[in-house]
Amino acid sequence: MMTKIAFVRKKEIPPSAPPITEVGLIGWLRQNLFSSWLNSILTVLSVYFIVIILWDFIPWAYGGHWNTKSLRECLDLDPDVACFSVLTARWKQLLFGLYPAEEYWRPTLTFIFLLLAIVPILFPKFFRFFWFSIIYPGLAVWLLWGGSFWSISIVYIGLTLGALFFLTLIRRYLKNYMIAAIFAFLFTAVFFLFISNPLVGLLNVILPISLPFVESLKMGGFTLSLIVGVTGIVASFPIGILLALGRQSNLPVIKMICVGFIEFIRGVPLITLLFVASVLLNYFLPPGTNFDIVLRVVIMVTLFSAAYMAEVIRGGLAGLPLGQHEASASLGLTYWQSQRLIIMPQALKISIPGIVNTFIGLFKDTTLVSIISLRDPVGLASTIRADQKWNGIYWELYVAIGLMFFIFCWGMSQYSQYLERKLKTDK
Amino acid sequence: MKKLFLGVLTALALAAGGTFAGTLDDVKARGNLLCGVSTGAPGFATVDDSGKDVGFDVDYCRALAAAIFGDPMAVKFVGLTSAVRFTALAAGEVDILARNTTWTYSRDTDLKQTFLGVNYYDGQGFMVKKELGVKSTTELDGATVCIQVGTTTELNLADYFKENGMSYEPVPTADNAESQQQYLAGACDTYTTDASALHGTRVNLENPDDHLVLPEIISKEPLGPLVRHGDDNWADIGRWVLNALVIAEEKGITKANIDSWKDTKDAEIHRLLGTGDDDILAMVGLPKNAMYNAIKAGGNYGEIFENNLGATSGINIERGVNASWTKGGILYSPPFR
Repeated sequence: MMTKIAFVRKKEIPPSAPPITEVGLIGWLRQNLFSSWLNSILTVLSVYFIVIILWDFIPWAYGGHWNTKSLRECLDLDPDVACFSVLTARWKQLLFGLYPAEEYWRPTLTFIFLLLAIVPILFPKFFRFFWFSIIYPGLAVWLLWGGSFWSISIVYIGLTLGALFFLTLIRRYLKNYMIAAIFAFLFTAVFFLFISNPLVGLLNVILPISLPFVESLKMGGFTLSLIVGVTGIVASFPIGILLALGRQSNLPVIKMICVGFIEFIRGVPLITLLFVASVLLNYFLPPGTNFDIVLRVVIMVTLFSAAYMAEVIRGGLAGLPLGQHEASASLGLTYWQSQRLIIMPQALKISIPGIVNTFIGLFKDTTLVSIISLRDPVGLASTIRADQKWNGIYWELYVAIGLMFFIFCWGMSQYSQYLERKLKTDK
Repeated sequence: MKKLFLGVLTALALAAGGTFAGTLDDVKARGNLLCGVSTGAPGFATVDDSGKDVGFDVDYCRALAAAIFGDPMAVKFVGLTSAVRFTALAAGEVDILARNTTWTYSRDTDLKQTFLGVNYYDGQGFMVKKELGVKSTTELDGATVCIQVGTTTELNLADYFKENGMSYEPVPTADNAESQQQYLAGACDTYTTDASALHGTRVNLENPDDHLVLPEIISKEPLGPLVRHGDDNWADIGRWVLNALVIAEEKGITKANIDSWKDTKDAEIHRLLGTGDDDILAMVGLPKNAMYNAIKAGGNYGEIFENNLGATSGINIERGVNASWTKGGILYSPPFR
């Protein structure tokens, strides 16, 4: 008997389309929103809440008044929609505080320069412009506060001269770094104590470049938030690294100082430190001392943030296997070389989410300065409400302020994710 | 930065040398007055759309600056929250505090401050919806009351209801803004805070006529400017500028007609405006026409009131007890002689 084979397929069947429930929109919905009973219930609830919020919010915001003269006028026109006129009238104050109107270009320029100055830090391919990031702090201080151009640049001149002095000593005369550093320090100190003032006076006569002075009382709005936030972020990072290293140091004195500092600062709420800055320092300093309030606040915010930064970075350091330290030591690298080349790049990479988290927290914490009378956006909101024209406006102001903060914080978060993707080596 | 550091050093050196001048001399040397005001209290102090400081307390400080310098703009306003106001004054960050601050015994004595007088008699009031049909606080038995926690208003409320044998149910809120929102949402029958704030709030409600500020005031909140202990001459200057504004209203001297009193027979007006022979303002170290300048700056007390708290301001507070004693109020200045 022959085996009779009824049918043999010669060709492969073309793959049939996946079931409609697995691909496309429906598939996506099933996988992401309705993958189980619990998820389905949560999805439906979320959609319900989003809809009822937007149901009220969109007509409220969309139909809002922008051009009335007061809240009263808004209410008389249509009380059920937003009165964004307060933003029309006050947006400049929300951005610049009480900064003189004819000088608005200065904070604006400072902000544009800020964006330019952080590019070389954020994106390595622009690193050749790093010199601008170094010049920027002085430039920003001069633009914002004004005064003589030379009294700011003299700081740069003095430090540059000190550095040159140090390098010359090392190259030509001395082998010992420590002694050279001490000499360079003395040289710089002498420069600032005796030479800088007459020099500034002379330069002012020869080439008077100056901007009208704007006092810190006038700083406010987002300009103030950015001054405090950005300075705090930039300054707290290196201090944090040093504190983290100091905490792991074998030298007991350094270790004790660092641990003491970190634990003290972390044990105290930020608002307490701000009160110290605003209130207590004045008692310690002699009467009539004009220790700038913004500077005081920036210092406190920086110290506060540095303590948290130190712990975040310590977490990164702890995450590195001990072998990395030992390997770098066996290569004959000095302590600082191994930190710079081996340890820190890895530790910082691990810590990126934590670092950015601290930055974002710090930026939002700047709103606390309203409690000690500084006119940041939140402080300004209550000042604006004290104008009878706008007395009783809440949502419109807070929505606008919240949106501004969201943009900055979201930007930081996006950058951190970009950085994490870029530095990902363990695929 | 460096300049600042040197500034600190200089100040340290000065302090070590012990060169303490009087506040008036400090102010004159500095060229402007540092006046502590609220960062935002409707009618009392705020900034307008163009960034200019305005308000009842602001105008007082402008009058004081005008008295010292002849220029009402020679004053810097330092916005202070209630948390830091007294320390800012004590530490010398401001020369005078005009920050709708209630004059109390302990603030006067324990905090070592000198109150210069009362520029506004405030007090705690109640706002109700008209549909409730309540006309007086005595009808509030059993009401739910929105009340800011941790304030003297909370204690006053408890005392008042207890004294009158009434009961109430508190709805605690964090600040005036929340009180207002709760009240409008119907969480409480009435909400209570200082009457000046109630009036300001009511005017900007959706339908102001649906709401009523009850006539009773249940607490005393005399607001006034204050200075540090230890410089009586400076306190005298602040006190008498305030008094001058009150006297000016009493005598009918206004910003507009101030130049038309040269031929008056009233000797006190001549002393006040410096148009007579005797220069009594030299006693406190002010120029002869200091009070003339002070009144010229923003008008007399009544004008300042109208512009910032009264009808012109849109807050529409009645003069009430804040009227001159000649018009049924309790504002009464000692004689200027």
